[in-house]
Amino acid sequence: TVMAAPMTNDQSCFFAQALGVSFLKCLLINAYHSTDFEVHRNWLALTHSLPVPQWYYEAMSEWTLDYPPLFAWFEYGLSHIAWFFDKEMLVVQNLNYASPATILFQRLSVIVADVVFFYAVKECCKCLREDKGKDLLGKPSFILTVLLLWNFGLLIVDHIHFQYNGFLFGVLLLSIARHFQNRHFEGALLFSVLFNLKHIYLYIAPAYGIYLLRCFCFTQSNAEVSGFSVVRLVTLGTIVLSTFAVSFGPFIGQLPQVLSRLFPFKRGLCHAYWAPNIWALYNIADKAFSILGVKFKLLDINKLPKASMTGGLVQEFQHSVLPSVSPLATLVCTLLSILPALFRIWHRPNGARGFLCCLVICALGSFMFGWHVHEKAILMAILPLSLLAVESREEARIFLILSITGHYSLFPLLFTTQELPIKIFLMLLFTIFSLISLKTLFRKGGALLNPLEATYLLGLIPLELICEFVYPLTVWQKTFPFLPLMLTSVYCALGVTYAFIRLYISLLTCSDSTKKIKTQ
Amino acid sequence: MENWSLISLCVLLGLTSRWTVSFHSYSGAGKQPVFGDYEAQRHWQEVTYNLPVHEWYFNTTNNALNYWGLDYPHLTAYHSLACAYVAKLLNPEWVELHASRVYESHSHKLFMRVTVLFTDILIYIPAVLLYCFYFCDGSSKQKVATALCILLYPGLILIDYGHFQYNSVSLGLALWGILGLGLGWDLFGSLAFTLALNYKQMELYHSLPFFCYLLGKCIKQGLTGRGFFHLAKISLTVLVTFALCWMPFLSDPKQRLQVLHRLFPIGRGLFEDKVANTWCSLNCIPSYHVCEKHLIITEVCLVINEIPLIAIWFLLASTFSMLPLLVKDGLLLPYVVTSLAFLFLSLYLLSALERSTEEELRLGLDRKLTQHWLPKLNLSRIIKWKFWFSLVAMAALSFMSVWLEPPAKLPDLFPVLVSVLSFLHFLGFVTYFNLVQLMEPQRKKSQKKTN
Repeated sequence: TVMAAPMTNDQSCFFAQALGVSFLKCLLINAYHSTDFEVHRNWLALTHSLPVPQWYYEAMSEWTLDYPPLFAWFEYGLSHIAWFFDKEMLVVQNLNYASPATILFQRLSVIVADVVFFYAVKECCKCLREDKGKDLLGKPSFILTVLLLWNFGLLIVDHIHFQYNGFLFGVLLLSIARHFQNRHFEGALLFSVLFNLKHIYLYIAPAYGIYLLRCFCFTQSNAEVSGFSVVRLVTLGTIVLSTFAVSFGPFIGQLPQVLSRLFPFKRGLCHAYWAPNIWALYNIADKAFSILGVKFKLLDINKLPKASMTGGLVQEFQHSVLPSVSPLATLVCTLLSILPALFRIWHRPNGARGFLCCLVICALGSFMFGWHVHEKAILMAILPLSLLAVESREEARIFLILSITGHYSLFPLLFTTQELPIKIFLMLLFTIFSLISLKTLFRKGGALLNPLEATYLLGLIPLELICEFVYPLTVWQKTFPFLPLMLTSVYCALGVTYAFIRLYISLLTCSDSTKKIKTQ
Repeated sequence: MENWSLISLCVLLGLTSRWTVSFHSYSGAGKQPVFGDYEAQRHWQEVTYNLPVHEWYFNTTNNALNYWGLDYPHLTAYHSLACAYVAKLLNPEWVELHASRVYESHSHKLFMRVTVLFTDILIYIPAVLLYCFYFCDGSSKQKVATALCILLYPGLILIDYGHFQYNSVSLGLALWGILGLGLGWDLFGSLAFTLALNYKQMELYHSLPFFCYLLGKCIKQGLTGRGFFHLAKISLTVLVTFALCWMPFLSDPKQRLQVLHRLFPIGRGLFEDKVANTWCSLNCIPSYHVCEKHLIITEVCLVINEIPLIAIWFLLASTFSMLPLLVKDGLLLPYVVTSLAFLFLSLYLLSALERSTEEELRLGLDRKLTQHWLPKLNLSRIIKWKFWFSLVAMAALSFMSVWLEPPAKLPDLFPVLVSVLSFLHFLGFVTYFNLVQLMEPQRKKSQKKTN
């Protein structure tokens, strides 16, 4: 029994966890859902009721189709199952229709689609280095499984707020796993599919491009560039292009319309709630300067833009002191921020592990400097980083800072009182587990977090108490209702920026020869 | 992983499942004119806050007893009063005399749910954790696994956080009583149990074993010496506790009688709400009314680590027995999810199916008896088959209750079938537990109790 036990032990543990988290998701069926719920219901309706050429023209609802065609096909497929739950949800005119059957169907579709995520997590666990016969709770594969399956961000964004990120991240993680397993064609195919499901993954496309070109098309993986394989390049190109052809093919005639839907020119450097990136810090610096400027009579208060003190009310935040930021400026900043990482893996590729590090940096860089970034995009950095966190001490520490800060920054998404206990319980659950398990895994070599980092993270507790409990009881709640949001953004932006810098340092200073890549 | 972190993860999971169940409907939601237990609890806050103590249990113009009159002992009333004070701070409309009748709002529902969560965290959950750590065998991981399974018991979650009640208070206090006795703190145990009794009179079912155990312990110590002294101390503790709870009602004999009359209503009907109990099925034995929501699960939860398969089976059956009530309250989804979650997780965490050999099922002696006539009989396998079969039957009947229409001539067919099936299960369990109790070697028994 001792010999047979380890294999089935792991598998049964994985299965128990997948089942457990699915049950939790089922209990969240009746929780609050955001307008994204109506968005997807509308897409179910329009893909089901309207002919294909009209999908990207339909505008009865304000939530027009703004994902690429493959996702529209996914919704089309779902709509056929939806038909058995409640036909009324498939009527385009039924705006904001949310019967119990509709809610049940939509929630279940997210829960079932997560099966892709489960499979991907299992594949990722296979890519980890050998376990040294530790007990179950201390194994990297167990820790990774929990960090991914029970990820706080995914749970609340997908199963409360309502989105299909689990399914999409499943495809991403599977693609990464395939690259680790040297099945590069599959990895590339999966990424093309992913991109055609949600184009936000453009953020990490450079990492894929450079990595595949450098490590796959050039057939030698050491520092010397030699042996370029045209065959591989052409095959990769064919895979990508054919995926695009399948996806955009039916819409070839209306490409400009589709693109205008996919890339709407959204007003505003920041979302109404500032994502905790560089621009949040930029905004707050601008506000600080303007206040100081008025105080020291360097600026005329009448010349300042009106909405500067009530910031967040309007989409377009006008800067008073610092120069305004245009979309082009953000693009340039983003590219500048990720170029060093791309150069690094070009010149000194570190195999799949280097690719993954670069991918996280691309995701994080785009988050930091992008135009109109949603706070949910932080998940694109946190989830892949989990894989690195269970293998390297430095990445574990970065992961802790990024994940705790990033997850906390998602709190304003769930602003209802009913969901308050849930977000606190789940946040504590994930945070306690990640802290303790990673600390135990890397206990050799002292504390994982230095006192400054620990203090910063502990500072989240008073921040939460102030923003959620104390501030609403004060007089300022009426005059400055967005102050808690601003505080949250800025505080978290510090942590995210710090994690970004440390991750860069880790990538640029790591030595590639000592790391052994596990390949199958 | 360290103990405290495992314990906190376990508690957080328990709290999360509780709070998510609370999102769903409560008893009598929107159901004019009578509503349900939720309105009863709100009404008790209204009555205890606005009326003087001597009117709480009496039928007056301000307190019509036929509209959810108080029928639990005083500790419930004091608890309602405390909640009412908080309610008054948050929104006086919630406890306005008369005007707040059938008050229903989202914020009020949140408040009521929070009161349940609060007492759960304060009383029940610590008791469960302490029990698992002091009285369960095995590694600390196994203890935490046991605690998690007990905390995930669907019956309690669905009734307290769904239907709406405060069973966690009385069960928690009873559990503290058991803990006290187990740790040798008899006075504390008696105090806790007396409080439990003063919270819900249903705890009388547990009082006999308590009494017998304590009396037996005192007799062992010698009734003429230490034992007598000990008995005196325990009696005094119990009497003082009773006195404190009943204090406002002791002056007037009419008060005392009226309270007893409310607590033990002999006038009420036999079949309240088509309950799953012995009387419904047997139909002819005269007896007192048994409240369907009383859960005799404390002891079964506590042995979940020792005989996991049977305990899990019993707990699932007890949840199933409440199906008609849960469906009426609109709690079908949480019922299905929590029952399935409890089934799979406890089978996995406690390795229930592996730990079901005949010795582990405590049927060793029975096996020896039957070996002579039925040598090939594999009791373990039979029990496992019965388990799966029973699960299938419960699932099928659950499905039918919800999705099929009963025939016109038998509109209550499904609730009655649920009652009958549950009764058969309970009969089986009672037989099993009695068998195990009788066959259990003397040494094991005393080992458990004086741990």
